[in-house]
Amino acid sequence: MHPFDFAIAHDVDAAARAREGSKFIAGGTNLVDLMKTTVERPAHVIDINALPFAGVERVSGGLRIGALARMSDVAAHPLVVEHAPAIAQALLASASPQLRNAASMGGNLMQRTRCPYFRELTFTPCNKRNPGSGCSAIDGDENRMHAILGTSAACIATHPSDFAVALAALDGVLTLHGEKGDREVRATDFHLLPGDTPHLEHDIHPGELITSIFVPDAAHARRSAYLKVRDRASYEFALSSAAVGLDVANNTIRSVRIALGGVGTKPWRARTAERMLVGKRATRDEFRKAADAELKDAIPRKQNAFKIELAKRTLVRALDDLAGGSR
Amino acid sequence: MPLPPCYTPPDDDAPPDPSRRTFLIGSAASVIAAPLLARAQEQADAEAEANRIEVTLNVNGREYPLRLDPRTTLLDALREHIGLTGTKKGCDQGACGACTLLIDGRRVNSCLTLAVMHGGKKITTIEGVASGDALHPVQAAFIRNDGFQCGYCTPGQICSAVALIAEGHAKSDDEIREWMSGNICRCGAYPNILAAIREAARASV
Repeated sequence: MHPFDFAIAHDVDAAARAREGSKFIAGGTNLVDLMKTTVERPAHVIDINALPFAGVERVSGGLRIGALARMSDVAAHPLVVEHAPAIAQALLASASPQLRNAASMGGNLMQRTRCPYFRELTFTPCNKRNPGSGCSAIDGDENRMHAILGTSAACIATHPSDFAVALAALDGVLTLHGEKGDREVRATDFHLLPGDTPHLEHDIHPGELITSIFVPDAAHARRSAYLKVRDRASYEFALSSAAVGLDVANNTIRSVRIALGGVGTKPWRARTAERMLVGKRATRDEFRKAADAELKDAIPRKQNAFKIELAKRTLVRALDDLAGGSR
Repeated sequence: MPLPPCYTPPDDDAPPDPSRRTFLIGSAASVIAAPLLARAQEQADAEAEANRIEVTLNVNGREYPLRLDPRTTLLDALREHIGLTGTKKGCDQGACGACTLLIDGRRVNSCLTLAVMHGGKKITTIEGVASGDALHPVQAAFIRNDGFQCGYCTPGQICSAVALIAEGHAKSDDEIREWMSGNICRCGAYPNILAAIREAARASV
């Protein structure tokens, strides 16, 4: 681990004056791991756990989740279970109980990819780590876990979060605090596509801190679910996942929300599929047509072509399970 | 309780001890530019020394005042600085659960958190779960059910199981399996680990 100085932030404005080269630490489950391998080399580490952002509360029009709330506490929170079950389910499908006890909600959104070429320094070329050095994964021998949506010639790294997928589906909004005060960013805009600049992953400026996460009230949020498909029954990242929300009346879809995980370079909001489904009957055939359209532009690599069909089936199954409850 | 044998009380006035690392680098480099490398190492050591932070860790009800390099993980602070080696280092990257302990009653991976973040918290390690000579019911159940083979993952398994039962996540075998998924056992003692936790959970109701 490279040396750093350590400080504890006691108010958010002190935190916002963080210098270039600073990293905030809450749970540390991702940051400390990457600091050990020197993928992350902050000169200053600022402990933000003393800041008052750990609550979950009902606010006008929705639910506000503090960025320092722990994944385990949010997953078990009655307001979250009732108001946005897809979020509770996505959190419970993540990591392990120990990691969920430590990891914060803000940190979850900031976590880096699990791409082995990014995490392992022996692979010199990685456009995320060393901009312009190339991508070891695109033609590499280990790209089974990589993305098929939102990729570029510079990067095919998968976004690893489950929670971020549920948040993208349910129109979450982040509040960021910086030197100029608060600013809001939609969850679907917060994570950036790699394009030519895969080292830029978030719409966040130096010194800015995620303070809370808003989830708007909606019928499709109250009736939502998260389905995760992985190599092991538990404690594993997604090969494919789907966060879905449905509002159905007389078997006709009034509103639908879909985001895919494990297949995108960012949490993949499936707007094409959503547009196709509104006004349609909630049937398997309609779900399949929408899934086919959403995955039309997917780009497979040597080892991950199976993800195209798997993502479609995950999407169909998640919606079908959810619709089944109303038939 | 006596001090653990390798516990060194913090002492700011202790004379600088030329570390083995400094010695080795110095001797190897004597062929080429020895003074330069030795000086760089001395400077790095001095900077690391100046960067140390005071923190008092409360472990198993006992206070340990320490001066730590902020890079020290909680796991390393326990094993290398306090001398409590019951908490095991397996993968050191949050994938195996061998380093599981309790912070304010919640189970976490001690390899992925910095020790200087935990002043004022109550840390419980495997050394602290028993009451004196009386084993914790989970410890006793692991012995009765032969819940281990090599034993390396066992401290983490037991700390995790103690928390799991307190959380109320031991209502069925499937639930125990899911909520113990953060603790890997390379020997594959899972059936007996499960039996031990099931037994301890029933006894605690």
